[in-house]
Amino acid sequence: MSIMGTRVRRVEDPVFLTRGATYTDDLTDERLSGALHLTFVRSPMAHARITSVDATAAREAPGVVAVITAEEMDLEPTKHFPAVPDAMARPWLAKDVVRFVGEPVAAVLTEQAYQGEDAAELVEVDYDPLPVVTTLKQAATDETLLFPEAGTNFAVPSFGNDDFSDDLFEGCEVVVTREIVNQRVAAAPLETRGAAAAWGEDGRVTLFLSTQNAQQSKGEVAGWLGVDPAQVHVITPDVGGGFGAKIGADPEFALVAWAARHVKRPVRWNESRSENMTGMLQGRAQLQTITIGGNRDGKVLAYRLDVLADAGAYPRIGTALPTFTRMMAGGVYDIPKVETRARVLVTNTTSTGAYRGAGRPEATAAIERAFDLFAAEIGMDVAEVRKRNVPPPDAFPFTNKGGAQYDTGEYAKAIDTVLEAGGYQALRAEQKARRERGDVMQLGIGLSCFVEITAGGMAAEDATVEVHADGTVTVLTGTSPHGQGHATAWAMLASEKLGIPVEKITVKHGDTDLIPKGVGTMGSRSLQSGGVAVYNAAGELADLAKQRAAELLEASVDDLEVAEGEVRVAGTGTGITLAQLAEKDQLRVETHWDQQLPTFPFGAHLAVVELDTESGKAVVEKIITIDDAGTILNPLLAEGQRHGGIAQGIAQALLEEVVYDADGNPLTATFADYGIPSAAELPSFTLLTMETPTHLNPIGAKGIGEAGTIGATPAVQSAVCDAVAHLGIRHIDMPATPLRVWEAINAAQNGTATTNGSDA
Amino acid sequence: MIPVGFAYERPSSVDGALALLAEHGEEASVMAGGHSLLPVMKLRLAAPELIIDISKLSELSYVKVDGDEVAIGSGTKHRTVEASEVLAAEAPLLAAVARTVGDPQVRHRGTIGGSLAHADPASDLPAAVLALGGTVVLRSPRGTRSVPITEFYTGVFSSVKEPDELIVEIRVPRTGGAGWAYEKFTRRANDWAVVGVAVVDGRVGLVNMGQTPLRATATEEALAAGASIADAAALADQGTEPPEDLAGTREYRRHLARVLTKRALTTAAGG
Repeated sequence: MSIMGTRVRRVEDPVFLTRGATYTDDLTDERLSGALHLTFVRSPMAHARITSVDATAAREAPGVVAVITAEEMDLEPTKHFPAVPDAMARPWLAKDVVRFVGEPVAAVLTEQAYQGEDAAELVEVDYDPLPVVTTLKQAATDETLLFPEAGTNFAVPSFGNDDFSDDLFEGCEVVVTREIVNQRVAAAPLETRGAAAAWGEDGRVTLFLSTQNAQQSKGEVAGWLGVDPAQVHVITPDVGGGFGAKIGADPEFALVAWAARHVKRPVRWNESRSENMTGMLQGRAQLQTITIGGNRDGKVLAYRLDVLADAGAYPRIGTALPTFTRMMAGGVYDIPKVETRARVLVTNTTSTGAYRGAGRPEATAAIERAFDLFAAEIGMDVAEVRKRNVPPPDAFPFTNKGGAQYDTGEYAKAIDTVLEAGGYQALRAEQKARRERGDVMQLGIGLSCFVEITAGGMAAEDATVEVHADGTVTVLTGTSPHGQGHATAWAMLASEKLGIPVEKITVKHGDTDLIPKGVGTMGSRSLQSGGVAVYNAAGELADLAKQRAAELLEASVDDLEVAEGEVRVAGTGTGITLAQLAEKDQLRVETHWDQQLPTFPFGAHLAVVELDTESGKAVVEKIITIDDAGTILNPLLAEGQRHGGIAQGIAQALLEEVVYDADGNPLTATFADYGIPSAAELPSFTLLTMETPTHLNPIGAKGIGEAGTIGATPAVQSAVCDAVAHLGIRHIDMPATPLRVWEAINAAQNGTATTNGSDA
Repeated sequence: MIPVGFAYERPSSVDGALALLAEHGEEASVMAGGHSLLPVMKLRLAAPELIIDISKLSELSYVKVDGDEVAIGSGTKHRTVEASEVLAAEAPLLAAVARTVGDPQVRHRGTIGGSLAHADPASDLPAAVLALGGTVVLRSPRGTRSVPITEFYTGVFSSVKEPDELIVEIRVPRTGGAGWAYEKFTRRANDWAVVGVAVVDGRVGLVNMGQTPLRATATEEALAAGASIADAAALADQGTEPPEDLAGTREYRRHLARVLTKRALTTAAGG
């Protein structure tokens, strides 16, 4: 019986639930014995000139071995996104100017971790405040520049149509436009960032990093340090969440390595939660202007998305993500005309990067809001207007106006399935009754339909599978996990081909000496890249075993089958185990797999909120979802991904937002202020099953890591708006907090709402 | 997230704790559950030179009927208050409010005395004791005194408690027969109240509506004069100047106070 599609329990969990995982900060590796602890002195100012840094007192504090300031650093400032002006390079430690609260200014090295915080307080930095830019509109005026030498706050030339056409909406009976916010959120992984470095006598550095991709990190850190990549060995221990914000290396990692070389001792660094909330890459942060036009019969004819995106103080990967937003702007819909533009700006805030969905949720949120606004304007049901604009299943592969080729999809079916499962008509009837009664508790129903791009732009991975003489198997993969369950899933894929139970299969990852090539885990790519590589490698190994066994068994290869860890002559009792073959000669296959193209998972989410119109608080009562990611390898793991994704989606819609005051001070730098959700804020999820396989890989799988987030966010936001639609409100920005909803209701009742809804 | 260095003492008796307090005064901080103190120390917003750990002083942990009042030892954990049969019968409001503090882990460490001493106007229990018309019993080597809760708080994180004094007991009137309710409004289950309203026996205590826990006196007077719940609740925010933060503007908090007071009064009236 095939193991594929079965609910194999996570092999990772017994250790995680008993002894606990081994994160970077937990390492007791002997290479780190005697390591110094690095503590950063970080800027408390969002934008200021540094007039002096005095580390004299700190250098004399107990346990201090060194204090490093920009004076001591011999590494040149580096750009963290290639296309930006040279002037936007980031110094490793701020020298003349600080540009966000949390920017490293000095690093203190101490024998004990606690001594570092005491000594860091003694580093005296004098700041001369500069005008602060915290909002995109403020940045776009170029009145205050973060990098005067660059001459502009625009990090890159505008992506897309520089001039919009005048006639895009010509012939439309109805045109609706409005500005919406896709707010900045924090990845907030439970394991904060960490790094440890030890230089060997051979001149090589071993770097232990909390990252989503060891191999990329190795290249980056080597480049930053100016050493041959062969001199860098990256090891990734257990990683406690990344959500995109741990893609690649962080500048702090290079500093840890540099410091270790500087003081000739191993150095380790693990940041505090407060540091994490200002130092780690944050996500989303787009201001969008959406315009949608069409006819009263529900047909949408044209759509325009104009994006201002926030790169934060020093442009990094976040600079590129609006290109995904542009590519996916049209969502699941077949819209005749689509125009998009994205402009990326620097502000005095934490840099932005990938966050679960990375550019695609922003596209989905925009188009789904646009469809809701359009439906409201023409007075048509939100489900009906969506179904009238999706391509039929026989239109696939379907090329959208952003140039993306959707492999497979059944969008109308996904919508119908969640509507039916949710009892859509009954919900609408209940909503109508509550509105007629004027109940305090109103019902809101939100629908989203989404398509996303997985394994976009980087669909290749290698894999090695080896059967040992003791019957165990080792799998080497370049996709290293940070909670997804690769050890289980990759073992299943090898087990399927070899018939060896998963308990005997060890999956190794995240060690660049052992596994030099790999792209990593991000963009919902792992199963269809690294996983398929393992599946293929195991299949090739089975073929190799059959060839070798054919001679030994004096049988034709065609008569052989691999089952239960054995090569057998079909229909007879004769056979030889893979272990026996491995004893004779190494039984190992290394293979390369390149899917070439991305896949396009899709789905529909139906969210039901109950909204207290007196307090403004919305509670999600139900969320019914289809997240069609093609063939499912392990439903248990897939459901876990959907659960986490939906939770984060609900949280963005209702709770989470990184907020800065006008001086650039972060107001959400602790978990008391920043709204990460707990189970108490979430309903039980109704996960429906739909599997539309892709033909782009042999197992038919697409990615599922980000789907829940992409679908849930607009569905929940829409449900909140719908709960108060009868009061004349059409839009409330995320997060739809009780305060914001109450203000929208107030504005509607006082007649101060705009024609497009509230300006909450 | 590492505190400044400090000395640590764990006295074996209340007298021992008082002696340490007398000796160190403002340089010392008393720690019971630690859930308010330790975070501010880790953020280096507080740096006491000495921690006096009273969490093991079992003599401070009790709930008992004493005449017309219920006496609660200051070291009684929220979980004990929450589950107390004595309080369920004699002051059910207090047990219900304790149940809304933090999460089970917090409630198994945090104490009623610690919560009252911390004097955070966003805390639930001070307003509940205020609504109950309770008394705070303070001890020092100089003696013992009882302060009505109405006179206890002087501002945010401040009270009339002297540096050498320790809260040893909280006394609340027996109100078993009276209608009561607690309305706590939060964004997330574990959050501090944006606003909270505790009602018992026609008295209304407000959480997070000013510098200290407050009584909604206009509402109480209107009720006493025979006003309807709706009319009385509409006065709940009168005279308040609530804080402004990400969770609420001043206007929003005032609105919530009126809404929650109406709900709490309705529940307390059996509605």
